[in-house]
Amino acid sequence: MSRWLPKTYLTLVYILLYLPILVLVVFSFNSSRTGYRWGGLSLEWYQSLFNNHAMVQAMWNSLWLALVAATVSTIIGALTALALHRYRFRGKRMLRGMLFVVMMSPEIVLAISLLALFLLVGIQLGFISLLLAHVTFCLPFVVITVMARLSGFDESLPEAARDLGANDFTMTRTVLIPVIMPALLAGWLLGFTLSLDDVVVSTFVSGPSYEILPLRIYSMVRVGLKPEVNALGTLLLVFSLTMLMLSQWILTRSKR
Amino acid sequence: MKETLLSLKNVSKAFDGKTVLDSLDLNILDGEFITLLGPSGCGKTTLLRLVAGFEQPDTGSVTLSGHDITHAVPEHRPLNTVFQNYALFPHMSVYDNVAYGLKMERRPKDEIRQRVDDVLAMVQLQNFARRKPHQLSGGQQQRVAIARAVVKRPQLLLLDEPLSALDYKLRRTMQVELKRLQRELGITFVFVTHDQEEALSMSDRVVVLKDGAVQQLGTPREIYERPANLFTARFVGETNLFPGYLASVGDEAITVDILGLRRTLQKPAFDVRKGEQVSVLLRPEDIRVLAPEDEQGLAGKIVERNYKGSTLDSVIHLEDGTEVLASEFFDEDDPTFDYKLGELVRVSWVDGWEWLLPVELEPVNEEAEGLATDA
Repeated sequence: MSRWLPKTYLTLVYILLYLPILVLVVFSFNSSRTGYRWGGLSLEWYQSLFNNHAMVQAMWNSLWLALVAATVSTIIGALTALALHRYRFRGKRMLRGMLFVVMMSPEIVLAISLLALFLLVGIQLGFISLLLAHVTFCLPFVVITVMARLSGFDESLPEAARDLGANDFTMTRTVLIPVIMPALLAGWLLGFTLSLDDVVVSTFVSGPSYEILPLRIYSMVRVGLKPEVNALGTLLLVFSLTMLMLSQWILTRSKR
Repeated sequence: MKETLLSLKNVSKAFDGKTVLDSLDLNILDGEFITLLGPSGCGKTTLLRLVAGFEQPDTGSVTLSGHDITHAVPEHRPLNTVFQNYALFPHMSVYDNVAYGLKMERRPKDEIRQRVDDVLAMVQLQNFARRKPHQLSGGQQQRVAIARAVVKRPQLLLLDEPLSALDYKLRRTMQVELKRLQRELGITFVFVTHDQEEALSMSDRVVVLKDGAVQQLGTPREIYERPANLFTARFVGETNLFPGYLASVGDEAITVDILGLRRTLQKPAFDVRKGEQVSVLLRPEDIRVLAPEDEQGLAGKIVERNYKGSTLDSVIHLEDGTEVLASEFFDEDDPTFDYKLGELVRVSWVDGWEWLLPVELEPVNEEAEGLATDA
């Protein structure tokens, strides 16, 4: 008994976790219109998804936003991490602490304060406001990922490069960046995913000019669950699994 | 006559108010193998980093073959460093690691290939060019680090405790290897170590450092046989220290009373006056252990014996409580000679092998020994 009890328990937990996802995937291939009955295998929801122009546009908007937000926050985040790692300056501890504040504070607080800021400064709600907001909440994750890598960084590597004739810029390009590259990629992927599925902050700071996927889905499901959403969910699942495996592969390869 | 290659004048350096180098002067000759020897914290690594350009001195100047390089950036100094942990670029192959310095010089591709192949052959790693550093053993990584530093044909090679991470046997091999390389390349080597045996066996000259100041500069033989002070004597090898009273002082010779034994010795270089005390240094291998019925020598008994393979090391308690370390070679007359603990003996030494030093105030004592053993 003592052998099968933990196994059963674990199986139950996993079923609870993954059954809804499995149902979603299976029903995305269901030809029946009502979502609760199996009507045979079909790809019609995928077809209707791609015929839904508003949806496709929202998907491209989201991907573009996530791409830019992840890239911008990786650049700023990597530079911040380098500064925090390399230099001693006034307010360093405060700067580091403030990153955690952004990370730990409830999203709704960030959302409201960003909205208030944008209205105050007069930034029109749309792509720019979404980008600024997404960079803000992605940044701490990138900084922490890169700092973790830098803490294990051998300080004599830059010195060796300088010793062999590289100036500071060449050293950064040929030694520093390649060595921390896995962390940069991991940080970028993290930012990309965070941006792609953010709802709370985006709800507040998006405008009618730039509709993004999570908000589009949300407005769709409010009037009843369409099987198209299942198809979209499956696609997103495949996409994020691919990203996850890619990042794992990069990280393990670099550890060797 | 060898010329001065690197010269440090009045160099001082402090970190957070703590003095690490204290107005230090040092001249390094062209083509020599010079070792900076000292306990941890003596400033030897800081000295090396100043020469490499990773640190700037607070005062003083560093001159390399006539050019003042005190404030030159590391990449503009015609010298290279072998780092303690090798600092190989983990994302590059062995070949790319070694080629890095030449690529920075923007050498033609053919020349780079030729020179990297040559230097890899010299360190016997020609078959490992495509490997990544983590696929190599410690000794191989060490050789890549050396190859990477010498491929640029520097005027000066700085080695920061390069052998400390290797096991004893590999260390021995690499010591011989490094000597061979230095002879073949004719490059000046500045080698940092805290291992006195390594320093003595490898160097043309040794610089003994303590608290950021040079204690002695000389050949390994001078350092070992004629230490300039008690610190050097204690740090480099084992030492017996006896109090000596000056019974008489002549123009050439002096008579010293050492625990009741009178010896006539050559007058030392420092000032001596009759009735004063001096320190008499004897290395364990200078000591002769005699039978208890012998006429000469000081009576004592064996309190410890250690079989060391080629020597038999013993500790002898003299009647007045002084401890004497003795190290005797086995010889063909009596290959099985040994002592029993508690055995009564008499202690003497080879005449004329005494080394005299002025008496120093002793607080140096414990610190020096503590550091020597931890090193």
